[in-house]
Amino acid sequence: MSNQGTPRLSMRTRRIVSDTCFNFFMMILCIIVIYPVVWAIFSSFKANQQLFSESPLNLIPRPFTTENYAKLMSIYDVQRMVFNGLYLSILIPLLSMLTSSLAAYALARLDFKGRNLVFLLLISTMMIPGYVTLIPNFAIMVKLRLLNSHLALILRSALSGSATSIFLFRQYFLSIPRDLENAAIIDGCSWRGVFFRIILPNSKPAIATVVILSFRETWNAFLWPQLVLQDDKLWTWTLALKVLSEFETNQSVLLAGAVISIVPVLIIYILCQKYFVNSQVNAGFGGI
Amino acid sequence: MHQINQDLKAAAARHRRKNPLKRQEALTGWLFVAPALIGFAIFTAFSMCYSLYISFTDWNILSDPKFVGWQNYVNLFTRDIFFGEYLWNTIYYVLFLVPSVLVISLFFAILLNKTFKGFTSFYRASLFLPSIISTVAIALVWKWLLNSQSGTINGILRWIGISQPPQWLLDAKWAKLSIILMRIWQMSGYYMVMYLTGLQTIPSSLYEAARVDGANKLQQLFFITVPMLSPTTFAIMILLVLEAFNIFEAVMIMTEGSLGTSSLMYYVYRLAFASYRMGYASALAWILFLIILVFTILRFVLKKDEVM
Repeated sequence: MSNQGTPRLSMRTRRIVSDTCFNFFMMILCIIVIYPVVWAIFSSFKANQQLFSESPLNLIPRPFTTENYAKLMSIYDVQRMVFNGLYLSILIPLLSMLTSSLAAYALARLDFKGRNLVFLLLISTMMIPGYVTLIPNFAIMVKLRLLNSHLALILRSALSGSATSIFLFRQYFLSIPRDLENAAIIDGCSWRGVFFRIILPNSKPAIATVVILSFRETWNAFLWPQLVLQDDKLWTWTLALKVLSEFETNQSVLLAGAVISIVPVLIIYILCQKYFVNSQVNAGFGGI
Repeated sequence: MHQINQDLKAAAARHRRKNPLKRQEALTGWLFVAPALIGFAIFTAFSMCYSLYISFTDWNILSDPKFVGWQNYVNLFTRDIFFGEYLWNTIYYVLFLVPSVLVISLFFAILLNKTFKGFTSFYRASLFLPSIISTVAIALVWKWLLNSQSGTINGILRWIGISQPPQWLLDAKWAKLSIILMRIWQMSGYYMVMYLTGLQTIPSSLYEAARVDGANKLQQLFFITVPMLSPTTFAIMILLVLEAFNIFEAVMIMTEGSLGTSSLMYYVYRLAFASYRMGYASALAWILFLIILVFTILRFVLKKDEVM
């Protein structure tokens, strides 16, 4: 007994030691990775003098001040810009989700001539970098007289259901058993009915992933909004922050601005973490 | 069951030509893809052609475009003193970013793939976190972290006894590396998740067999993990090269292209929206696009050789 006991115990001890070491190492690694974000949040409550004079290793604001945020409010209509950003970042993903899922469903299930060509065309946008089409897109908006209107943002994103979303939705729809649809069709349900009443309600994980990823993308975008929105009443927060960085010299005010840009995405990330790190999205790429 | 399916398919095929239901299905199909297809036609297909046309003109948006033939392209290669420099900067970004992110994200993924007791999902969430934040916001934060006097990074370097730490964004020798450092920090977690997916497809029996044959951890890594991950690595590499070529927001916020940090993409942005030279900017954008396209095709061709 005791002969067997000793190596087993030492195995266990070794296991515990290696687990502890691993966890310790991972903790350090995670702290290093998260630190810039934590530091930004703390420092946005520091006075500008503290940023310059004190040791940079000091994380805690002393004195604690909200003057950076107050200063931001005096420069910009912050609430309005955050609101613009939020409402666009909810509306656009929903519309673009609808466009992508409709197309993906047709590509996955409906039989029509030219289907493969359409699939190839829509997916090819993945390889086409945005800057090639940026100037013409801008010119189109000028022609349509949509400059200085949120419609310019909504129209472009809603109509170009992104290649990644289409790909993800198609994979997902292919995994739904056909029996469901067949039964509905035998019962006389139209394709539209099948899609909206059977397929979409059964695709919640895919929808959540697409909407959340596209929320992040819309909230973080600045280039296209900067081109088409001149009036600062229409600006999103990320765009406002980018413009602010061109003239504001007070570093702690800029940090406060960055924090306002980080926090909404951070909250959604904490709430819906599993959709961000959803392996399905990436599995799609892995199969290239 | 399989037989029945086959029969059904054959019957459906026989039926297709006449069946009005089939026509209905095709019609619905086109209707469903219509919004995405219209968007593609306007914002991608038409815009690509239009952009190609613009690249042969002189155009400042306000006046009408003036056709100048190959002039923009000729100027780009013969007269433009910046083109070569920015191309080199861009290649520098690609050469440093791609391998570092590949290695680091694989390293993260291998660490997290172990079924260690602990806080694996917390670790994964933390490492992924940087990739969700807007580059504009986080570049502002890093600009300050890298501040030569009061930045945290130099604070730590001084604390561990380096009295003359680098000037980072103020020093031409370090500026590009600073931006690369920030991008590595930002992107590694994202590709880590792709690697994690890849790792889960490797059958554990391979490792068991290797262990029986007496392979150590390092051998297992190089003879099983890395080769088995090659499809994932291939996909990640293509995405990474694309991303490294397009590096732009970080440059814009952190250095505004000074001290040898300007990338070609940042040059396109400045040409188009600071100098309003749309034609010239479009020509440059097309050159950039063709470089990336050639690279991608080359990678696919080489991959075919590897597999066969």
